[in-house]
Amino acid sequence: MADQFYLFIQQLFNGFTLGSAYALIAIGYTMVYGIIGMINFAHGEVYMISSYIGFIVIAALMMMGVDSAFLLITGAMIVAITLTSVYGFSIERVAYRPVRGQNRLIALISAIGMSIFLQNYVRVGQSSRDIAMPPLVEGGWTFGNPDGFEATLTYMRVVIWVITIAAMIALTLFVTRTKMGRACRACSEDLGMTNLLGINTNFIIALTFAIGAAMAAVAGVLLGTFYGVINPYVGFILGLKAFTAAVLGGIGSIPGAMLGGMLLGIAEAMTAGYLSAEYKDVVSFGLLILVLLFRPYGILGKPEVEKV
Amino acid sequence: MMRNPFVAALIPAVVFVLLALPILGIDLLNESLMLKIQAAPAADWMMIIIAAVAIFFIQLFRKPIDAGVTTFKEAVPSLNLKSYLVQPKVMRLLTIFLILALFLWPFLYESRSGLDISIKVLIYIMLGLGLNVVVGLAGLLDLGYVGFYAVGAYTYGLLNYYFGFSFWMALPIAGGMAALAGFLLGFPVLRLRGDYLAIVTLGFGEIIRILLNNLTSITGGPNGITGIDRPTLFGLEFNRKLRDGGWDTFHGFFGIEYDPIYRMIFIYLLALILVLLCIYVINRLQRMPIGRAWEALREDEIACRSLGMSRTMIKLSAFTIGATTAGFAGSFFAAYQGTISPESFVFIESAIILAIVVLGGMGSQVGVILAAIVLTVLPEVAREFSQFRMLMFGGLMVLMMIWRPQGFMPMTRPHIQLNSDKIQKETAQ
Repeated sequence: MADQFYLFIQQLFNGFTLGSAYALIAIGYTMVYGIIGMINFAHGEVYMISSYIGFIVIAALMMMGVDSAFLLITGAMIVAITLTSVYGFSIERVAYRPVRGQNRLIALISAIGMSIFLQNYVRVGQSSRDIAMPPLVEGGWTFGNPDGFEATLTYMRVVIWVITIAAMIALTLFVTRTKMGRACRACSEDLGMTNLLGINTNFIIALTFAIGAAMAAVAGVLLGTFYGVINPYVGFILGLKAFTAAVLGGIGSIPGAMLGGMLLGIAEAMTAGYLSAEYKDVVSFGLLILVLLFRPYGILGKPEVEKV
Repeated sequence: MMRNPFVAALIPAVVFVLLALPILGIDLLNESLMLKIQAAPAADWMMIIIAAVAIFFIQLFRKPIDAGVTTFKEAVPSLNLKSYLVQPKVMRLLTIFLILALFLWPFLYESRSGLDISIKVLIYIMLGLGLNVVVGLAGLLDLGYVGFYAVGAYTYGLLNYYFGFSFWMALPIAGGMAALAGFLLGFPVLRLRGDYLAIVTLGFGEIIRILLNNLTSITGGPNGITGIDRPTLFGLEFNRKLRDGGWDTFHGFFGIEYDPIYRMIFIYLLALILVLLCIYVINRLQRMPIGRAWEALREDEIACRSLGMSRTMIKLSAFTIGATTAGFAGSFFAAYQGTISPESFVFIESAIILAIVVLGGMGSQVGVILAAIVLTVLPEVAREFSQFRMLMFGGLMVLMMIWRPQGFMPMTRPHIQLNSDKIQKETAQ
């Protein structure tokens, strides 16, 4: 009985870790969707690129003789967030701004093209091999009886949770308390009207992409170092899941993305723990279909009223 | 807003270097479990620098370049060939000639690789035509189209493997199964709005692929099904030797030398007939009330509902017809390849089919056919650059959307154009 409990706790830990990543990436999808109503299909690739940048910085620092995990992760985080934001900004500028205001299918195809492009760009630049990294933070707390099942809470997981929560709080403060955050909210309310009121909406949209990319970069560095393996294809399926999480929570709503990410992470961890790891994707997509059937606007989303 | 043009040109160049340097300029590698980096070969650095300089100068002289492009476009005389070609009489003659040529060329010029590519193109045309009904005509964004393709392929593969069904027996069943899958998926989800529908269909496609991958005891898992029977001509087989219980072989029946090319030609002709049938049926459907309803619903859902049209039935019919076409194409694919595995039904296939529909011009059958040819033949031609193939594919998709979002051949409907010059003159008089 106790073993069962600790197994459950362990799955919960797994779920929270995965959920943190989903939530961070889902924010990028949900903010972009909230403002210009498009699915930024290339967002998963942005996450993957940030992982690569993080790895490069960590390798560079390690070769310079830095071995403090704190410095390594902080350095990787700063560089990855900066460069990945530039990526987000540029992607919007190159692939989405020229097609804005046309049929939404056009933007979606452009995004799919961008996703294929970025994936292969990294494959060409870095080869498609797996790149592995030794764990930076080792050790952890264990619970449970030593004879039966032991649940382990590694320090790295705690690091991930703390940074995720900090990033979420920072984002919430930015969106609710600052002038630019207010401009972002105004844009998602009514883009045309915001423009009339003298706010540079083009800049706000680009900023949204940059913020989304920065959030993905946090997830990219953390999950990259946690799993220790990356390749050019990790972004796609993770991006898909994160989008699912955003829809689950109600697309366009930032708390919804956080909630949806956590729910999806836990659902997947439970499936992997109790059913079979192969079917976790089936369960998450099945969950999505179910939620959409009964609550088409997601858990925290607002129902949209169609106007003539 | 006046900015120093020099600075304005410098920013994109610097941003480009920032973007390209970490990924292209530095190589990550694993050395005895340690993570190391090293500078990429000097050639890569040169490329980055050259590209950055090029971006700088293009941005610096952007105004003169733009002006040059505009004058060039105006200078090139627009040919009046198109208006001649679309005259009904000329069109009909051209079509008949084209179809005849398509039927006859394999006999005049026997080329294995040519036939191979042609069959691939025809399969993609079939898929493109099917998805065109869903996306182009009914305006329903389906990102999991490859799921129905997989249902069709595996229906034939499994029926053949377990029960020995022949291609001809399985073809209608495969179409029916795909239609059933489309109907079952469509019934609940077609109430959703555009983007939600897109993500649900995407999820459906992934679920199908994962199930095929993991139900190892039934579908053979990642290895898939091998040794699927090829199609026969009224029971005549195209193998060198007759299988047990077979009626006769093609070359034996006609008393000719065995040649594997016969089978390729036969499959090619079969695909051609299937595609022509698809074109005909969909073309007819488009002119029927149901086809009009698809387009009306795409243009304005609320107006359609207030006119008393059943939203669910119209969407469902488009969805099911699209799925059926994919089912046929799938079972044909299985018969042509002889082996199927979940690897053939990944999301990127859905993306390619969608790209065919959008690049061709949504709703336009000629456009879809053209795009299918371009998207299948180009990668074959660019074999030498296979490393950069998908890179170019992705880049081209983006560029196409920016420069020509309406596709190669936008859908045109019959219309009469008033001669505005004439009218102006007449009103002036």
